[in-house]
Amino acid sequence: MFDDRSPIYRQIADRIKADVLSGALEADQQVMSTNQYAAFYRINPATAAKAFQQLVDEDVLYKRRGIGMFVSPTARDALRAQGRETFFGQVVDPMVAEARSIGIPLSDVIKRIEQLEDGR
Amino acid sequence: MKVDVQGLVVRYGDVTAIDDLSFSLAENKIYGLLGRNGSGKSTLMSVLAAFRKPTAGTVLVDGEPVFENGRATSRICLVQHGVDPADKGDRLKDALALAGVFRESWDAECAERLMDLFGLPRTKKLGQLSLGQRSAFGVVVGLASRAPLTMFDESHLGMDTPTRYAFYDALLADYMAEPRTIVLSTHLVEEQAALLEEVVIIDSGRLVLHEETEAVRSRGTSVTGPTGLVDRFVEGLTVLNQRQLGPTKSAVVYGSLDRDASGTEGLELGPIPLQDLFVHLTEPAGVTR
Repeated sequence: MFDDRSPIYRQIADRIKADVLSGALEADQQVMSTNQYAAFYRINPATAAKAFQQLVDEDVLYKRRGIGMFVSPTARDALRAQGRETFFGQVVDPMVAEARSIGIPLSDVIKRIEQLEDGR
Repeated sequence: MKVDVQGLVVRYGDVTAIDDLSFSLAENKIYGLLGRNGSGKSTLMSVLAAFRKPTAGTVLVDGEPVFENGRATSRICLVQHGVDPADKGDRLKDALALAGVFRESWDAECAERLMDLFGLPRTKKLGQLSLGQRSAFGVVVGLASRAPLTMFDESHLGMDTPTRYAFYDALLADYMAEPRTIVLSTHLVEEQAALLEEVVIIDSGRLVLHEETEAVRSRGTSVTGPTGLVDRFVEGLTVLNQRQLGPTKSAVVYGSLDRDASGTEGLELGPIPLQDLFVHLTEPAGVTR
């Protein structure tokens, strides 16, 4: 269920972030508890708690004492802004490098992007 | 339950099974005890459970010596693999009832639920069970004991995959409902790593490391690339293993790397599965695979 690439808690945190970005988790919506996450992913609850703590530190979630964890109202906008900052470096540049190494002209890549844009 | 082991030595005649071992376990965490065959895992667990007297050193549980201390041992449960021949003729339901007699923390309702979960036949005799069923019965006894220190010595032996998953689910659910100190000894490192908050690795009766599982995982890195570049990169680092494939070299380094380390150009850096790290950390010196 998890890859070896990064710590499990970071992978859980990334999934919650992806849910916030896609709108599956909305502002002020309660997220599942640490124990529910631990049982679902079959992981130690301390690991799940670490993921939640990271998200609280990053202002993606906030804690309501005795009730649980909720999505910060500012989380989605903040994550979108972060995503825009890293998009070209993390997504576009590797794609261009891959296209070059397998010999696809960049003009073909641009054509494809334009087709996708027109298809909308 | 807290566990403090200081300078522990266990010898059988000429053989030193545990060799000056010291470590502490905090309350209410799930620990993995990892080691190769014959590394001393089972001996260590039987000393922690006071089944065996140490040759030297101290074992304290919640600050008290464990050996010949009934008050302490009634709060400790060790599930060993293999059944004591004396029990072979006991029916499962009688063995369960007997297990409950000696423990005030025994949860009979939990035991019944787990018997159903594993589909164990209550009227069969212990000696008639398959290895996987015997292991499952051990898990029932271990979890239902609700002992503040519960240890499972390779309690997955003989279980098929669905049964092992049921074991992990039951373990986590029960631990979250009733937190306690749990020690799992295992060779299924990769499969069980996510359950373990911390790992204790021993080799030849000595401590190799004791750390948070996630920290150990993040400490190993594989470095792959042209031999010259790899050699330059790993200079001064702890290299656990190196392999060569034509002009390409792959090295396993241990320790935290500078995140923005220069000289990574042309190299592929990747994580190491915990299981591989374990293999390299417990490899006899001079062996390369």
